[in-house]
Amino acid sequence: MREISSDIITETVRDLCIKANCVINDDIKNRLCESAAKETSETAREILGMLCENAEIAKSENVPICQDTGMAIIFIKIGQDVHVTGSFIEDAVNEGVRQGYTEGYLRKSVVADPILRGNTGDNTPAVIHYEIVKGDKIEITVAPKGFGSENMSKVFMLKPSDGIEGIKNAVIKTVCEAGSNPCPPIVIGIGIGGDFEKAAILAKKALLRETSSSSEIPHIKKLEEELLQLVNKTGIGAGGLGGDITAFGVNIETYPTHIAGMPLAVNISCHVTRHETAVI
Amino acid sequence: MTRNIILPVSREEVRKISAGDKILLTGIIYTARDAAHKRMIENKDNKGIDFPFEIEGSAIYFAGPAPAKPGRVIGSVGPTTSGRMDAHSPRLIKEGNLIMIGKGERNNTVVDAMVKYGAVYLAAPGGAGALMAQKVKSCKLCAYEDLGAEAVYELYVEEMPLIAVIDSAGRNLYDEVKKDL
Repeated sequence: MREISSDIITETVRDLCIKANCVINDDIKNRLCESAAKETSETAREILGMLCENAEIAKSENVPICQDTGMAIIFIKIGQDVHVTGSFIEDAVNEGVRQGYTEGYLRKSVVADPILRGNTGDNTPAVIHYEIVKGDKIEITVAPKGFGSENMSKVFMLKPSDGIEGIKNAVIKTVCEAGSNPCPPIVIGIGIGGDFEKAAILAKKALLRETSSSSEIPHIKKLEEELLQLVNKTGIGAGGLGGDITAFGVNIETYPTHIAGMPLAVNISCHVTRHETAVI
Repeated sequence: MTRNIILPVSREEVRKISAGDKILLTGIIYTARDAAHKRMIENKDNKGIDFPFEIEGSAIYFAGPAPAKPGRVIGSVGPTTSGRMDAHSPRLIKEGNLIMIGKGERNNTVVDAMVKYGAVYLAAPGGAGALMAQKVKSCKLCAYEDLGAEAVYELYVEEMPLIAVIDSAGRNLYDEVKKDL
């Protein structure tokens, strides 16, 4: 049994919160730059140019890429041979969020009660997804999620007879309704299968993959490619003002499901789709 | 075309802005998100408290900044989704608000009010918060400090790069893109 101090978890979460918000990851940076070069719409090209410049400023000045530094969505994989010492792991994670959002001058965007709406003042609590895995390590991924894009996401309880066309129609409908709101070019995370909430978590997890990655399942890889083409054909473009590049990537995760259903979750993410991972 | 707009600006000048124009905006603008919109209107209607800034001819930026680092004017400050202000914007336009700055679509009620009173809607590049912060030369709290990032701030901006999306004749670039879908 390996012991890991809760203080290390706090420090790791703090650093990941700041890095994810201020330094654009290489995958998205490359997508932005290559899109700025190949986009044929002048307006969209200019917007992409501004987004590249914005990412440079954020990195060099260590300030947030976007003012919506999100709700902290945190995925923790805990090796079953790990024993966390010190404080309760959930408290340690939230303390990391508190320190990261305060010390990093990140915006506090969390309200304590969804109806009463009082701000918690430190961006806690995070949304935390735990997973028990083999081994003696802890892997932490912080994925700050802004709500301009989160608000445009949808879950569909499709029926088996809806088939692949039903999936495509639902995804395109979601993207078209989202239009300019989620700060396109977007990244689309899709979960298919499981049940209502499993599909949604799969969709969120799909956003953690690089935009250039592909599913290892051949027919899902094909669906990712077809959907990306269809999404870009909408012509929504950067900033929603028309253009060739509406999405940087479509990532799909799947899971077995019930004989009567085909749950589909479409999680829309913006052009700064942020996630940073560390292993302790 | 590119237009340099210096605030305050006349209603006649705003009417000349066409959807598609690139705008470089200079002058005083006010941030307000949903919570501030709601409070401004409730205060006016229920308590007789005047708007926290001169609404006639005003420019409102739908934005909530990140905190400023020491020595900085403001933190990152890109636009928020304007649709959340759709319930309140027609009222403020009627009271004299001339320029709205945000990102994303507006509903027909807002566009009708814009046409009736001659207001425009300008889009800032969504997500470009660090770039926009560089255009802000001064920032001071105007009202509702308790709302934190959602408070009303008075910003002086220089050559803030924007695109006119809906003009005072009701031409709407977002609709033109969506028409083909």
